Amino acid sequence: MKSRLAFLLILLLMPNAARAVQPNEMLADPQMELRAREISKDLRCLVCQNQSIDDSDAELAHDLRVLVRQRLQAGDSDAQVEEFLVARYGDYVLLTPPFKSSTVALWMGPPFFLMIGGLCAWVVYRRREDKATSSDKKLTPQERERLDAMMPVHLPTEQTEGKNAP
Amino acid sequence: MSLRRWPAFVPIAIFLVLVGFFAYRLVMIDHGDAPNLIPSVMINKPVPNFTLPSLFDGKPQVVSEEIKGKVTLIDVFASWCVPCRIEHPYLDEIKKAGIVLVGINYKDRPEDARRWLVQLGNPYDAIGTDRDGRVGIDFGVYGVPESYLIDKQGVIRYKQIGPLTREDIEKVILPLATELSK
Repeated sequence: MKSRLAFLLILLLMPNAARAVQPNEMLADPQMELRAREISKDLRCLVCQNQSIDDSDAELAHDLRVLVRQRLQAGDSDAQVEEFLVARYGDYVLLTPPFKSSTVALWMGPPFFLMIGGLCAWVVYRRREDKATSSDKKLTPQERERLDAMMPVHLPTEQTEGKNAP
Repeated sequence: MSLRRWPAFVPIAIFLVLVGFFAYRLVMIDHGDAPNLIPSVMINKPVPNFTLPSLFDGKPQVVSEEIKGKVTLIDVFASWCVPCRIEHPYLDEIKKAGIVLVGINYKDRPEDARRWLVQLGNPYDAIGTDRDGRVGIDFGVYGVPESYLIDKQGVIRYKQIGPLTREDIEKVILPLATELSK
């Protein structure tokens, strides 16, 4: 039973592991193949433009996957492989854009808007608190009297407040 | 509306800013600034080094060093590429203007490319075959057709993504080529 479950799990995870990489593209060295996969996941397929070359079945993606592996075999570091492609296709080829002056808005935008949102939420919350704790929470003696007169039975509300208890 | 309600306007203000931004981008697409056109980093860089066998047996190789001294248009094309057929008739105008026209036959079977040129005519001064697309990658090619205008010093000055139309040639390529050949 256990082994069957494990087998099912492997089957379910397999499509995720295989991606678009063809067996004939893979390197014999598993360590290097792993590096190639990691690099490929962050390289944009220029044809589909919203998939990594690791995901894409486009022909250019195939060519780039092979190229990444060739560069690794030639002794390039991971960073050198990325530089090689950035030199040809620009930063656009990276799915994670680098942090520089032209991408400040991109990187700082979300935290900035989150901060504004948080600030608004805080201000609104504070005001609500102010209102809740202000005078209109407690009844004036006159109001108390009117309310008591309206109530058929005198409810021990005062006692629960613990202030005007007899 | 009291002044104390200002936080309520913040989301509306942000929404309006976003509407403005998206509207601006939509308008810019009509003006040729489409997001799927990836700006080339090869502009103002020298032509990448390459040596490609000629498409025609017995003709000399096409070598990057020889693309110097004259304004040249490198046109990346393939017989399987439909938009290449659209731009093909206009390439003659480039030849007529005195621009050297070098073709790179991208990921194509040479026999298919030759048949294609017999059918449509061959305006190219020289054609190199880039069978596996490796030279294409050095140029930053991500789709065909693509064209690169090279100045006399062998530096890439302009990249056209997609087919050259008559308008592109008359308004962009020819004026720039005239300026570069001065």
